[in-house]
Amino acid sequence: MLASDLDVAQNIGFGIIAAFMIFAAINVVRSSNVVHAALSLVGVMAGAAAQYLLLAAEFVAVTQVLVYIGAVMILFLFGVMLTRARVGKETDLNNKNWALGIPVALLMLGVMSYVLIKGFGDDHLEPRVPVSTAELSDSIFGPFLLPFEALSFVLLAAVIGAIVLARKD
Amino acid sequence: MLVNEFLLLGAALFCIGVYGVIARKNAVMVLMSIEVMLNSVNINLLAFTQLHSTAAKSSLDGNVFALYIIAVAAAEVGVGLAMVLLIYRNRRSISLDELSEMKG
Repeated sequence: MLASDLDVAQNIGFGIIAAFMIFAAINVVRSSNVVHAALSLVGVMAGAAAQYLLLAAEFVAVTQVLVYIGAVMILFLFGVMLTRARVGKETDLNNKNWALGIPVALLMLGVMSYVLIKGFGDDHLEPRVPVSTAELSDSIFGPFLLPFEALSFVLLAAVIGAIVLARKD
Repeated sequence: MLVNEFLLLGAALFCIGVYGVIARKNAVMVLMSIEVMLNSVNINLLAFTQLHSTAAKSSLDGNVFALYIIAVAAAEVGVGLAMVLLIYRNRRSISLDELSEMKG
């Protein structure tokens, strides 16, 4: 096997980002401070954007940064601040029987890892040029035009629904 | 690179999100765990689209799906947080185990 087949740089980068993402994700679900959990969620989303770049999807990575880190996180911080007066540690963030989640998650992880390793044992990703935004937009406004229009209706309904729900009267 | 690296990362993040949905009582924290799960699904979609595209012809379906998931997740967070704020305004609490009016 040639050294260029091993993709050393990509694998090292992937490993560092993946370890950081898993650490941040565990912090999201374990932290006793809501704001710390929200900041860890930023870490997960930024790591995901970096992984999209490794997967040659640059437009999706930029959209991830703009929409998730830019907009969704601000919504979450507004949600935290409008529902909680305190910013420090809290004791009642977890259910009484939170420990039940650990075996469920580990069982799911075991089954999925078994299936993935059995199914995609050593399928390699071919290195390829990043997807150009022009190609992607041709695809969205060509074969995927109908789902795109449906999605715009979903967003419109979500905007109207959020206003109706949150309005004070 | 092996495609399994990305798929196993997606699986691990998804399971962490499932644990968060089960273990958390605060409604905002449950929504955050759902966001972790959606991100892991996006990683899977992009890994598969790169697995199925060749040097000659690149497949774009996974990229389009990932963009749609990002848009739907933004809509979901907007409506979800509006509902959480409404619940908080009516009950001064967003603990999910106190919402038991629909229990028979």
